[in-house]
Amino acid sequence: MTAAITVDGLRKAYGDVLAVDSIAFEVREGEIFGMVGSNGAGKTTTIECIEGLRNSDSGTVRVLGMNPQQDGYALRERIGVQLQESALPARLKVWEVLDLFAALYRRAVDWRPLLEQLGLAEKSNAAFGKLSGGQKQRLFIALALLNDPELVFLDELTTGLDPQARRAMWDLVRSIRQRGKTVFLTTHYMEEAERLCDRVAIMDHGQIVALDTPEALIRSLGIEKRLVFTLPPGQATPSLAGLPQVSRVEQAGERLTVYGHGERFVSAVVYALEDAGVPFLDLRTEQPNLEDVFLALTGREMRD
Amino acid sequence: MRSFLKFVSVNLKLYLREPITAFFTLGFPIMLVLIFGAMYGNQPTPLFGGYGSMDVSMPGYTALILGSVGFMTVAMNTSSFRDMGILRRFRATPLRPLTYILADVTANLVMTLLGMVGLVLVGWLLYRVRFEGQPVSVILAVIFSGLAMFAVGYVIASLAPTARAAQVISMVVFYPMMFLSGAGIPLEIMPPTIRRIADFLPLTYVVKLLRGLWFGETWGDHLLEVAVLGGILVVCTALAARLFRWE
Repeated sequence: MTAAITVDGLRKAYGDVLAVDSIAFEVREGEIFGMVGSNGAGKTTTIECIEGLRNSDSGTVRVLGMNPQQDGYALRERIGVQLQESALPARLKVWEVLDLFAALYRRAVDWRPLLEQLGLAEKSNAAFGKLSGGQKQRLFIALALLNDPELVFLDELTTGLDPQARRAMWDLVRSIRQRGKTVFLTTHYMEEAERLCDRVAIMDHGQIVALDTPEALIRSLGIEKRLVFTLPPGQATPSLAGLPQVSRVEQAGERLTVYGHGERFVSAVVYALEDAGVPFLDLRTEQPNLEDVFLALTGREMRD
Repeated sequence: MRSFLKFVSVNLKLYLREPITAFFTLGFPIMLVLIFGAMYGNQPTPLFGGYGSMDVSMPGYTALILGSVGFMTVAMNTSSFRDMGILRRFRATPLRPLTYILADVTANLVMTLLGMVGLVLVGWLLYRVRFEGQPVSVILAVIFSGLAMFAVGYVIASLAPTARAAQVISMVVFYPMMFLSGAGIPLEIMPPTIRRIADFLPLTYVVKLLRGLWFGETWGDHLLEVAVLGGILVVCTALAARLFRWE
């Protein structure tokens, strides 16, 4: 395994505020690595120190084997960057933006298919200032992919996008990884981190409080899965407590909540109900997710 | 090289798409010719050493263009691009700062020369203005003065904390200079007090140099102006190099 990014003892303070408190981690080649946390946790400072846009106070950073401060120009040929806050001259047209940025790299892909892929082909002749927030976001992502980079940095990728555009963006990120590239992203959307990332680092107040695959993090909570359903009136309560996957059953009126664990939990309960001929209504499964992990680790809910 | 040329072409496009800067560089000097020409004509007069009012205004208005591009356009565009986060996006690419600045300077020089050509064309068509210098010399002087004025603009952009501050500083500096340096209004018409103030204004030296070369004098006749402008160019370039921020 080659490390695309190595961070050790990274520390950055702004005056009295310690934004990044000596963190260390590695990003492996070919993975989608996510840094998750609420705004102000230190994610943007971290990603920008790795990109070489900010100076850290101390610590070492190696990206694709290079020092982002000393080998900045060589590194920027090989990485793609999508910044959280960014702008372009308002009167520049979309195609002119891509044309300009393509000239800044030694090697760039043809931007026409890239525009298509991001759904911006129709806006090719529109001025940047006239684009919607989501369209601007997609243009910035096009710029991050323009030089066919080995490593792509995405800072708050889907902020401001509607759910449909967000899903489309996730597909795009997966296709990037499929082409053998490494992705380092930051986000404050737990669902995004859970669905998209191979490994996740949860950041809070400048420190990494957890680092693992989403599944492992969730499993480590030991929170049980829940199956909730309603019995039709007059239906006798089925006995489910005997199932190996079930730990306990709670009933409130006609609403049953079954607690348990294991991969076969849901199917075991449903089969048992079917076998017993019990009709159930409004079936819902609930299972712990990264939000629960965050809550458990920091004692707070994720706030935007 | 590719990125340099691309940036020059993009800068020129943006220039022409922005009505305010295009007007100041290209339209305003022509407007002055029309207005002041109608007021004063271009009859030769001993006041201007045998030349007409419009004759001496040609180099003066050229200096005006240089000043407005250097002090206002360069200062305001650079700082507003910085405030908006545009420069920062460029910094995330392999672009070298020097390439960006050289392209910016080149585009501004091209616009300045275009403005000068338009100005002289109108002056010649309406008033048959006289030109008695060496064209190459004059163009070199325009470029040299331009670089000095742009360098000041970059220093303003580097020192001003925000784009709004840069706008205020450059206007406060430039507008009086427009009238007190001999660029907008020939110094011969001004009272002695003004003429003494003019000696402290950078644009005055641009006017003197351009006017001299316009009417056939030599570089040797204007060593003072060359020294002052050269000094400004060197000092401001060094300052800007140290102080320039991408964000």
